[in-house]
Amino acid sequence: MTSYLWMWLAIVGAGLAMWLVKSVGHRVPEHALEHPRLVRIAALVTVSLLLGLAAVQTFATGQSLAIDARLPALAIAGLLLWRGAPFIVVVAVAAGVAAGLRALGWG
Amino acid sequence: MSRLRARRLDAARQQALSVSLATGAYAISFGALSVAAGLDVWQTLALSALVFSGGSQFAFVGVIGAGGNPGVAFATSTFLGLRNGFYGVALAPIVRPWRGPRAWWGAHITIDESTAVAIAQPDDNLEARRTGFWWTGVGIYILWNAITVVGALLGERVGDPTTWGLDAAAAAAFLGLVWPRLQDRRALATALIAAAVTLALTPITPAGIPLMVAAMVAVLAGWPTPRRPSVALVTDTSAGMPSTRDRGNA
Repeated sequence: MTSYLWMWLAIVGAGLAMWLVKSVGHRVPEHALEHPRLVRIAALVTVSLLLGLAAVQTFATGQSLAIDARLPALAIAGLLLWRGAPFIVVVAVAAGVAAGLRALGWG
Repeated sequence: MSRLRARRLDAARQQALSVSLATGAYAISFGALSVAAGLDVWQTLALSALVFSGGSQFAFVGVIGAGGNPGVAFATSTFLGLRNGFYGVALAPIVRPWRGPRAWWGAHITIDESTAVAIAQPDDNLEARRTGFWWTGVGIYILWNAITVVGALLGERVGDPTTWGLDAAAAAAFLGLVWPRLQDRRALATALIAAAVTLALTPITPAGIPLMVAAMVAVLAGWPTPRRPSVALVTDTSAGMPSTRDRGNA
């Protein structure tokens, strides 16, 4: 029973802590947001995080890296983006390619 | 112009919807994993409703499943979620005015995907950025919690979402979001270095660290004032970089 309560405490605590973490960035003062350096950095952080997320999502499984069905799927997604395909098509085709390759027993 | 704006709004909604579906579907494995780790259905749902950050939730139940205590689970979850703190800075102009339920919810749905869709919209179109943020954040919140319950109830009968290629879909979504922003050479170079560093650190640092280092790479790259201000990123971003590809199509 006690360990059950501890679990609940950890869950609610984790929720509260996460909300506080998420709130911090929103509290940056208005005038600081207009500083050219911050604007420049924000733009670079954006592209870096997005491409970093894409890379992790493509190669990482937990803490190990692997080349599997996700890579050809991402390559085809890149090709479609280059051809100007709609976002939803790109995402759906990537899922289809990976699922198809796995159904065939690869990756 | 108004037609163009409407099409951009549609693009934001379309992206929000596809990202919500691809991300929300992952909650089925979270629900199943959580129950397998020994949490009950209510605790599992509470994690999704209160913590609402995928990586942190998986880490929380991972620690418990491996026999760790709730305190360690709490610390790991919070540590992994620290990157969400940075997102608020990028989102600040989008979510403000910051007060009332709007602030409460705006903070709660500040996650990888809502941030990504919001900031991927053209810089000169605040409406599309707002739409991207709220639609993605609320869309994922609803699906994530609903599908968590399904996963928790189905337990081990849940299959692996990678069978359906959902991991590749998420990767493609992030690539699609960053795509229009890679035309600037400096942005492309920085992003490539950041992505390489992220991958290099993945096997040797705790989860959550690699992306924070990627952000630090960007901070370092953006710190010096560019010698030629006319081609600086500042002008690119504030002008919204009307991309050569049709953004309304993206």
